[in-house]
Amino acid sequence: MVAESHAAHLSQFMKDVIADTPGGQKVVHCLQCGSCGGSCPNGSEMDFTPRAVFAMIAADRRDAVLQANTMWQCVSCYLCTARCPQEIPITEIMYALKRMAIREGKAGGSDAPALAKTFTDFVDRYGRSFEFGIATRYLLFNKPLSMLKMGGAGMSMFAKGRLALTPTKIRQVKQLQAIIDKARELSNED
Amino acid sequence: MAEKIGVYVCHCGSNIAGKVDVEDIAKWAGENLDDVAVSRDYKFMCSSLGQQMIEEDIKKEKLTRVVVGACSPHLHEKTFRRACSNAGMNPYLMDLTNIREHCSWVHKDRAQATEKARALISAAVQRVKYQEPLEPMFVDVNPATLVIGGGIAGLQAALELADAGYHVYLVERMPSIGGHMAQFDKTFPTLDCSACILTPKMSEAGQHENITLLTYAELEEVSGSVGSFKVKIRQKARCVDYDACTGCGICVEKCPRKVLDTEFEAGMGNRKAIYMPFPQAVPRVPVIDQDSCIWFERQKCRACEKLCPTDAIKFDQQDELIDIEVGNIIIATGWKPFDSKKIPQYGYGRLANVYTSMEFERLCNAAGPTNGKIVMRDGKTVPKSIAIVHCVGSRDDRHNPYCSGVCCMASLKFGHLVLEKTDAEVYSFYIDMRTNQKNYEEFYQRLLGEGMRFVRGKVSEVTDAARMPTEQGKLIVQCEDTLIGRQQRYPVDMVILMGALEPQEDARELGLKCGISCSMDGWYTERHPKLDPVATMTDGVFVAGTCQGPKDIPASVAQGAAAAARVAGMITKGRVMIEPIVATINEQACSGCKICNNMCPYNAIEFLEDPGVSRVITALCKGCGTCVAACPAGVITGAHFNNKQIFSEIEGILWDALQPADDSSPQAEPVPASAS
Amino acid sequence: MKYAYYPGCSLESGSAAYDMSVRAVIEQLGFGLDELDDWNCCGATEYFSQNELVATSVIARNLALVDDQHDQLVAPCAACFLNLKKTDKLMAEQPKIRAKVDQALAAGGLRYQPGRVHVRHLLDVLYTDIGEEAIRAKVVQPLTGLRVAPYYGCQIVRPLNGFDNPEYPMKLDEMFTWLGAEVVDYPVKAHCCGGHMTQISEEHAFELIRRLLQSAADYRADLILCMCPMCQLNMDMYQGRVNNFFNTKFKLPIVYFTQMLGVALGIDMKKLGFGKELVAAEPVIRAKLEGQMAAATK
Repeated sequence: MVAESHAAHLSQFMKDVIADTPGGQKVVHCLQCGSCGGSCPNGSEMDFTPRAVFAMIAADRRDAVLQANTMWQCVSCYLCTARCPQEIPITEIMYALKRMAIREGKAGGSDAPALAKTFTDFVDRYGRSFEFGIATRYLLFNKPLSMLKMGGAGMSMFAKGRLALTPTKIRQVKQLQAIIDKARELSNED
Repeated sequence: MAEKIGVYVCHCGSNIAGKVDVEDIAKWAGENLDDVAVSRDYKFMCSSLGQQMIEEDIKKEKLTRVVVGACSPHLHEKTFRRACSNAGMNPYLMDLTNIREHCSWVHKDRAQATEKARALISAAVQRVKYQEPLEPMFVDVNPATLVIGGGIAGLQAALELADAGYHVYLVERMPSIGGHMAQFDKTFPTLDCSACILTPKMSEAGQHENITLLTYAELEEVSGSVGSFKVKIRQKARCVDYDACTGCGICVEKCPRKVLDTEFEAGMGNRKAIYMPFPQAVPRVPVIDQDSCIWFERQKCRACEKLCPTDAIKFDQQDELIDIEVGNIIIATGWKPFDSKKIPQYGYGRLANVYTSMEFERLCNAAGPTNGKIVMRDGKTVPKSIAIVHCVGSRDDRHNPYCSGVCCMASLKFGHLVLEKTDAEVYSFYIDMRTNQKNYEEFYQRLLGEGMRFVRGKVSEVTDAARMPTEQGKLIVQCEDTLIGRQQRYPVDMVILMGALEPQEDARELGLKCGISCSMDGWYTERHPKLDPVATMTDGVFVAGTCQGPKDIPASVAQGAAAAARVAGMITKGRVMIEPIVATINEQACSGCKICNNMCPYNAIEFLEDPGVSRVITALCKGCGTCVAACPAGVITGAHFNNKQIFSEIEGILWDALQPADDSSPQAEPVPASAS
Repeated sequence: MKYAYYPGCSLESGSAAYDMSVRAVIEQLGFGLDELDDWNCCGATEYFSQNELVATSVIARNLALVDDQHDQLVAPCAACFLNLKKTDKLMAEQPKIRAKVDQALAAGGLRYQPGRVHVRHLLDVLYTDIGEEAIRAKVVQPLTGLRVAPYYGCQIVRPLNGFDNPEYPMKLDEMFTWLGAEVVDYPVKAHCCGGHMTQISEEHAFELIRRLLQSAADYRADLILCMCPMCQLNMDMYQGRVNNFFNTKFKLPIVYFTQMLGVALGIDMKKLGFGKELVAAEPVIRAKLEGQMAAATK
């Protein structure tokens, strides 16, 4: 693992990725073997495989990485992490890249940030997630056409009692919101 | 009379001086430590000029003791002892204290590193005052040598020594010598037939007048030390009279019990319950595998006994312990293959046509179960495409972090054999091609020319889950082709997993018996990784071949020969010096409680019945100090490590604390400019 | 050792069958599982994609809510299980994160000492704590002749589970051999179901779902056993659209493993939530088990 005293020699982008990923220091040991890109269920859909992304991070190609779809194709199945021969926390790095892309306003090319935002907005408000609300709101604003396609299955789900129309709200929602507000405030301090 | 001590602090270029203020320490010692007559620093104390300086001071200043602050005693204790001897001082009146490995190399902070080095110098100065002149001892070297392991490295070592006229005991755990090399078909990069180059050496060893071959035997116990080891060997019961057997093989032919041969044939073929592992086995004396023999299972059969023309079958044979005495030991115990089932995504053991590299060696081998025909598990279908997977259990922190070194070349060899024998396409899935020995890169180029296909990417998985009709009934190798950056799937008929080379299961145990240690990975640790690769930290014990780390045949042979040369040198010299650092029992004060006798790990303490006291056998004593600490009466003394020496050393380390209170501490006050 | 239960949002609506069958099975086995009071959403992958500190703080609230009477927190959903476990680990191993999470929790009047609560997946509790003997003893309707394909998916076995092989898990396979089922050893049992990809890149998600259905069908499974709401949703709700898209004819019921465990324990199928799945399971199960049911009653 790269010692803290050696981190000075890395690219700025690499330093930022390491700082934002628990256990991220291991990324400097990438062998470029590609077992991540070969394992990923969505590897074929990615602009760059994780391995290539790590090479680009080392080469400080910040915009090219943060504008890519790679991390947004990650569904957190952890297969790459389980197989990486250098035990690099690849999935966690993908999360870090998502956060950086949002923070730096570069996450333009994917619908995933919008879905994530819709989801967490509901949780912020109710304390629980709410499939029907999330799906309709997300689809309405982002993919109105696919709402029509979903119609049939959605109706069946509704008929089977699997789509709640009203969200559950937790009792101590104020407490949760206080925690969230404090966490947001603290994360802006960095 | 007060001693006159010379203190010499080495810069070691910038190795020490880069982190430790050596000049200040030298000055400080000269000004503050009692009895220090001369104190100097120098760029390279181990250079001839540095040694000369010490020698001249001893003569001119009439020094009685010398302290050197430099590197590890492993490296230069001998050097400085010799310098002292040259100047007429007893070498045991010199103390080398390590301010490099213990200070400059391991500390980041200059002030702290300097402080620690200063304490170590002070400790050495206090200790050296009480060191006593000692005279080295010599023991004769028994010219016989024990070689453990009859693979190519051990064979080479044994033959070198035997040819030089020295006796060798060659111990091999399997029924025949030959090792892994006997299992291979061809060898890279020359494509020599492995058996053709190995079997002459095997039969030479089998017939050599200077070699006592002990096959199907294992090391039980070692005692003694360099020059005169006493060794117990367990000769496992063969159930065949070694001398009576003519090796006709009728017993093997007629034995009705067939079992899967998981050793020599790597599970690809069968053998009988009484067997010789392969036709060219040395010795040509079979063994009975008691776990599968019908007689041992249910007291029936005895077909071999009935048919043996020389009555050589002995069902009641027992294991036998053989005592031998040797001057040196060469360990050449080799490696074991990685268990590919540990990587379930490669499907070994679940998907029939996934093979290990050892299985494929047998499949290719003209003397193997298919007579060298490359066919799939059904025994008849010739594969149309083969994938070779590199780095299976190597370069993988989850298994073995090291590179196994030989797999890239073995893959090229397999590729060549497949292309030669079949019409199949061959894919090699590699991370980095490592072909860095003589004629290896050329072999890689040859295979590129022969049409072997190379995909740069570690294989992610091997599966039978077809996604499209072209994949039906195939094994699909999935990976990222990292050179184009795309995920790819390759449907093939056969997959070969190039498993890592791993240390033998019992390597640590055997090392312990011989007094040598293993690295974290489990390979034996050599004395010096560059300059002393076949010696170990235990005098008289050497290592050769893959037991010291993964290597190919040429390197194993070179190490076998190198170890033999080292042993031959010791034998020729006739005697070895052993350190006079041994324990002594004050027999007048000994109560004869015998606690020390049982504690001694080297069996170096005898009990004299008549006066009823214990005595140390100096030739066997290693100076470990166990008895010194254990003696309830405190009447055992360890030479060079007596109480006075050790307590003085501690006082030296605590020099600051022992100064009168009004004295300001030296590191708080800058050392005044030159005072010597 | 007492067990708190964290059902997770999906089990409230979309995966009610999972919740029903968990409660029924636990009761039948005579085991105690107390629902955590006023738990909140684990955030799935969505908070972690935006803000790590908010993600861990939201999750840590649940850990903090576990009272002194309980030291185990059982989650049936893969994402909830991983998030709870990951947060506990992050707090234990990353002092910088922990210091801030402590402050965030304090804003809500809560505190949590990492390591106090052991986060467990329901399968682990059933397999390890309740165990083979107790479960075998309660089987009244062996699943003989029923070919089940255990599907583990991703986050239950990777990366933190510690109770099964992350590549080729076997615990659910073993459990169903206790119940007498024929367990299908198919190669994709720990592959990805596509997760939320159905919302983002539909056609690729269909392909991922197709691979699972195809492999289970190739191995002649009667049904697929799930232990995560997302997996069930993707393979069940989207099965029709996958068939349309690829022109395939899959008709594989996707049920929660607790539902089938309940059947083996003799619990009424209605109490187990059967009928809520879009690809009907009951006819398939009845067709396979009817004969024995009849034979058993004779």
